[in-house]
Amino acid sequence: MLKDITIGQYFPGSSLIHRLDPRFKIIILFIYILMLFAGDSFICLGVGAVFTVFAILLSRIPMKMFLKSLKPLLPVLLLTALMNLFFVTSGDVIFKWKFIKITSEAVSISIFMFVRITLLIMGSSLLTYTTSPITLTDAIERLLSPLKKLKMPVHELAMMMSIALRFIPTLFEETEKIMSAQKARGAEIDSGSLTARAKNMVSILVPLFISSFRRADELATAMECRCYRGGEGRTRLRQLKSAPRDYIALTITLMFYICNLIVGKL
Amino acid sequence: MENIIEIKNLHFSYPAEEDDTPVEVLKGIDLEIRKGEFVAVLGHNGSGKSTLAKHINGILLPTSGTVTVGGISTADEEKIFDLRCRAGMVFQNPDNQIVSSVVEEDVAFALENLGVPYEEMRRRVDDALKDVNMYEYRHHSPAQLSGGQKQRIAIAGIIAMKPECIILDEPTAMLDPQGRKEVMSVIRRMNREHGITIVLITHYMDEAAQCDRVVVMDKGNVILDNTPREVFSHVEQVKAIGLDVPQVTELAWELKKAGYDMPQDIITEDECAEAVKRLFERE
Amino acid sequence: MAILETQQLTYVYSEGTPFQKTAVDNVNLKIDEGEMVGVMGHTGSGKSTLIQHFNGLLRPTSGKILLDGEDIWADKKKIRDVRFKVGLVFQYPEYQIFEETVYKDIAFGPKNMGLDEAEIKRRILETANDLGLKEELLQRSPFELSGGQKRRVAIAGVMAMNPRVLILDEPTAGLDPAGRDKILGHIKKYHERTKNTILIVSHSMEDIAGFADKILVMNKSKLFCYDETEKVFARAEELSAIGLDVPQITKVFMKLKAQGLDFGKDVYTMEYAKNLLLKKLSERGGA
Repeated sequence: MLKDITIGQYFPGSSLIHRLDPRFKIIILFIYILMLFAGDSFICLGVGAVFTVFAILLSRIPMKMFLKSLKPLLPVLLLTALMNLFFVTSGDVIFKWKFIKITSEAVSISIFMFVRITLLIMGSSLLTYTTSPITLTDAIERLLSPLKKLKMPVHELAMMMSIALRFIPTLFEETEKIMSAQKARGAEIDSGSLTARAKNMVSILVPLFISSFRRADELATAMECRCYRGGEGRTRLRQLKSAPRDYIALTITLMFYICNLIVGKL
Repeated sequence: MENIIEIKNLHFSYPAEEDDTPVEVLKGIDLEIRKGEFVAVLGHNGSGKSTLAKHINGILLPTSGTVTVGGISTADEEKIFDLRCRAGMVFQNPDNQIVSSVVEEDVAFALENLGVPYEEMRRRVDDALKDVNMYEYRHHSPAQLSGGQKQRIAIAGIIAMKPECIILDEPTAMLDPQGRKEVMSVIRRMNREHGITIVLITHYMDEAAQCDRVVVMDKGNVILDNTPREVFSHVEQVKAIGLDVPQVTELAWELKKAGYDMPQDIITEDECAEAVKRLFERE
Repeated sequence: MAILETQQLTYVYSEGTPFQKTAVDNVNLKIDEGEMVGVMGHTGSGKSTLIQHFNGLLRPTSGKILLDGEDIWADKKKIRDVRFKVGLVFQYPEYQIFEETVYKDIAFGPKNMGLDEAEIKRRILETANDLGLKEELLQRSPFELSGGQKRRVAIAGVMAMNPRVLILDEPTAGLDPAGRDKILGHIKKYHERTKNTILIVSHSMEDIAGFADKILVMNKSKLFCYDETEKVFARAEELSAIGLDVPQITKVFMKLKAQGLDFGKDVYTMEYAKNLLLKKLSERGGA
């Protein structure tokens, strides 16, 4: 069913990684990405890979979930690898057929890029797997809060994001209901000619839009009744508290990063 | 007992759309509601009852006349948040008034807006959730709850503001009988145990029969205002404006009309059974 | 002759996952042509899942649904024809309205059936009349209408397909007493004209008592009973025990019986209660 789809694929749990302060997790991910792109030797990547595996094991989420997260991006991964394979021309030619020339360097760069992007995706998945979308939104709002001084609508964006998260399941449920209702009137949604299908999409989208506007209107009134007046002076029930473990995790990440820099210089 | 809500000569028209004359929805309402009262407002769709409700916490402002809650005029812009804390509002569709994807954060929403410090907020949210018997669901997502449970969360979000009165605009219209019972029992308890004044807009007669006082609206006017017993005894008048009376009241009325000696202020099954029995014993 | 029949109908949600739940459990029933059936059961009893099987929106995990004696899933490609023969009006159907005029919206179903313009027009006028929608309303935008009118437009959209079985899921939800009586009256009028079989899901036994020939009660995914209205109401105490609200008037007579005043009859409508009491009283008075 549609409503079983979760956005961002959060796996609730209580592992060390789950319990880390989401703000620290975002910063750590940022350093991790820098680490992956800092060096260009396989040893550097090796350091990154060790870090990734280490973190995944700590999260207690099965490795196969991470491999699954790669699946939708596999075409992009393969395309990047192939592009490098065919278009890198430096190094010794190890294979030649008509105009296709593959060099030893091309092979190593392809593999390098493939592994680098794979690690990047796995690392980002670890963040979304271990942090609920609402917590993530909250952490982003707080990390970006200094930008409020520059008149950036940080609170407003975060509020929009969290309302969107709140209404996604509701809208999925509603879409399902409208689809059933139109199917009962003979609409063919997954068969029939292209024009018929387009027409039938209208029969779903129009009611969906109308009800979304109605919801938005009622929600705005309800928010007003509960004294909503923007981000100014707001306090929060959700407290983000950093614990010693957050600083330890950050230190370990920085150590890996430095280690990576040193290895890269060798 | 002092009045908490005072409505004086309230007129309201929706602003006219092009070429149209403005439609007057409320035509001079005078209503006083005392502290701690449990009042039902009855009326068919379009009688103006929801429009009236929206005036009590300043969502709509009168075209003429005044509405005050605890002495604060709804037109006083400076005190609008103070007013909304005193008079909380619960709406019909539970889905469209829940803001957060975590139950306890939704209950905290008003307190967050008001800048209540964490320790106090935590306590008030927990208390409100316990009041509506939803404490064990505090970490759930609203999407996992039934209609009645969602509506109780919406009520908890209002209770957390510690209001003096709560206005509920057809809170049970979209619920099944089980959900209706849950919500009604929470509302009754809030009134009885916490002394919160309740204004319940409804078109369910059995709900109105549980109140202290019933206000019946028709075409923008208050036409009846008394105890449920007294109001429902006007069977013909109530039916004429498209509302019902409880079946027991109607039965008593029918028997009386046929010339039998039946009391006309019957609103419960026990009273009805008792009266019928007496009738057979006497004859 | 049964128009709709289920044989060991079972439906399991999310089979093979931790959320697995049997929503309809081995239901066998036969609904005769032309009957007006009330469907009851509290939320989660399986009644909504059951009715979505009747027009093939859901496919049974096991068991069969027969329409006119034929298995509706015998040929998967013909399931759309089943939906034209068994019309389903969902809860709050006004939210499915999408066309720019009332006429076009009612025409959506009949058009999908491939009917010609003249026939579509004839049907629209007929159903609009059944539902008390005035002709000048047909060219208006449905979004300008009142809530009750919108609901009637949406119901007309399914009625105009002239399905042999019409199923309505809580057609009076959220309406005030006058709106409720109006809709039920219109449905009765349609039933008298077409003699089509009608199933109405409702939480209100007081409403059901007013129109149903037969009542189908679902409880905990199983068929609790399917029988003539008076026979079902004779089991008022059992219905009360499974969490359904019996009419207030029935409760009064249950109380009287408990106090030794037994009228020997089961009472479930106002009209009947009034006449019964008046008759008994005059017999007494005369004696």
